[in-house]
Amino acid sequence: MNNPKTLFDKVWENHIVGDLDSGQNIIYIDRHLVHEVTSPQAFEGLRIHNRKVRRPDLTLGVADHNVPTTSRNLGIESIKDKIARIQVETLEKNLAENNIEYIPLNSINQGIVHIIGPELGFTLPGTTIVCGDSHTSTHGAFGALAFGIGTSEVEHVLATQTLLQTKPKNMKIEINGTLGKNISSKDIILKIISQIGTSAGTGHVIEFMGSTIKKMSMEERMTICNMSIEAGAKAGMISPDIITLEYLKDKKFSPKNKKWDRATQEWKKLYSDENAFFNTSYNINVDKLKPMVTWGTSPEDGISINEAIPNPSDFENSEKEKSMNKSLEYMGLTPGTKMTDVSIQKVFIGSCTNGRIEDLRSASSVIKGKKVAKNLHAIVVPGSGLVKKIAEEEGIQDIFLDAGFEWRDPGCSMCLGMNPDQLENQERCASTSNRNFEGRQGRGGRTHLVSPATAAACAIAGTFVDVSEGW
Amino acid sequence: MKKFYNLESIAVVIDEINIDTDDIIPKQFLKTIQRSGLGKFLFYNRRYDSSNNKKDNFILNQSPWDSAEILITGSNFGCGSSREHAPWALLDFGIKCIIAPSFADIFYNNSIKNGLLPLTLSKNLINILSDYSLKKKYLKVSLLDQKIYYDDISLDFTIPNDIKERLLNGYDDVELTLQKGNLINLYEKKQYNEKSWKLVDNE
Repeated sequence: MNNPKTLFDKVWENHIVGDLDSGQNIIYIDRHLVHEVTSPQAFEGLRIHNRKVRRPDLTLGVADHNVPTTSRNLGIESIKDKIARIQVETLEKNLAENNIEYIPLNSINQGIVHIIGPELGFTLPGTTIVCGDSHTSTHGAFGALAFGIGTSEVEHVLATQTLLQTKPKNMKIEINGTLGKNISSKDIILKIISQIGTSAGTGHVIEFMGSTIKKMSMEERMTICNMSIEAGAKAGMISPDIITLEYLKDKKFSPKNKKWDRATQEWKKLYSDENAFFNTSYNINVDKLKPMVTWGTSPEDGISINEAIPNPSDFENSEKEKSMNKSLEYMGLTPGTKMTDVSIQKVFIGSCTNGRIEDLRSASSVIKGKKVAKNLHAIVVPGSGLVKKIAEEEGIQDIFLDAGFEWRDPGCSMCLGMNPDQLENQERCASTSNRNFEGRQGRGGRTHLVSPATAAACAIAGTFVDVSEGW
Repeated sequence: MKKFYNLESIAVVIDEINIDTDDIIPKQFLKTIQRSGLGKFLFYNRRYDSSNNKKDNFILNQSPWDSAEILITGSNFGCGSSREHAPWALLDFGIKCIIAPSFADIFYNNSIKNGLLPLTLSKNLINILSDYSLKKKYLKVSLLDQKIYYDDISLDFTIPNDIKERLLNGYDDVELTLQKGNLINLYEKKQYNEKSWKLVDNE
């Protein structure tokens, strides 16, 4: 074949509007998701320059970061923190003034922006999707080019429906093998990041491929692409297939009737050609993968849950040794300690990484009939109103409540603790979120990233525990 | 955007890798609807204890480092969250240039959109500049010449030309793009004629 292209090359080329004199590409943006935290200054910028939103019809807004996850019946009045409430009110005002569709707090469709985009069919294969949030990479699971942007770029997209970009490089990660019992795509992506590090993806778009990916549900694929940013990548992508189409068919904003037929014809072309060039390639076999857990304060600090915490002095890189020592001190852990001997006080199941229905199914399946450990506080925060509704219909809510979990309303919640859901100083948490940075979930809080099944099992055990054995 | 002029300043060294944007500006300060005033919250958890008292042992709370306009730091600076509040906070504090072996993509982009100069140098050169800076001596950064001067020596740095031009001229990217509005019109016309499925189907 002449000039074979990657999936990313194809989507990129389809979106080149033109070039600036500097050589940068002007890239068209098909979908723009807007939330309360990173948009107010962008709308303010438009007002100052007397500019309009170019395509309100391609823009969708929702509040998720700042919203409470308890007693929400008062709508926006439920937000007790005045400054947070003003931010959500500002979002509502900005969207209304600019004729942009808004999903209100009390809507069944409200939820974390990266959960509702796909589940409403706003996310489509072959499109470009941006949001002022780094986990926009999630949407790449559909074969979209999706990436997080800052507020200046949010303003740029609002005003022009384009972005100025220099084309990133291509990376592929091929994943083969069959996952063992209670092992999930979260374990895969934590394993990958533990091996390649948090900056391996810098300047690259990663395409995930291989037999393991092909067998995955959309929820599992989204978890993988979601954490591409934790590997430093611009975006993660997966070629769309029949599983993608089945997920998207008849969703609220998905193309209907003849438009659907034409769309699916286009989407069939979205794969990397044989012999397409990748600047970097990795392979991983997951046959023997064990549940993963992070011990430190970087997403690359992942180990198998039945391993011991590594010794910083074993590393030849003095920079890494120094940062490991700092992490261990913050985390209150010592090298050589087995993770299964470490006790925890909190469990958080939710976030744009693992707040989808499959995640809740997987977590609930290991705790049925069991009880949360004494003195442990466990919460489940469904990623959206729709996820919550399905979970309630399937009896998943009852399993969690019977076990002693709290069952909350949707939002970003304790993933970043912008709302009242936070860790206390030195509190240790098994969390299905994506970042274990110092202070991320609350000042002094100690975050360990795990899968939903592992988080649920840890809540029962009160310590870290291998959910692939005997659960 | 403000133009980037030459810079002469002492440089503060924070020799750590993977400094993330949660560290640079914690979440509780993202509730603002303004860009200004974030400097006092920069590295909040390092600069203040949980009772809001200044921690004297952190370098940015010490004179003369608290007036440094250059920050020298480790690789993958600015990783994690896309919050543009990070460069806003750095600039508001007075940092105008960051020198590191590498930067996270989104942070790098956010910086250049605000006139904060991210400079990439090899670890060896950074070590030289760090040692020099610890003596509280001035560095001079010339973006036009692509040189850093220290003592009587200068070293060269590379930076993509479009980024250099943008910083030197203080370009408004939105304005530059709007000048190409006819291209965007053409693209939309062609796309939505051929691919009407791309419009949001809200029926």
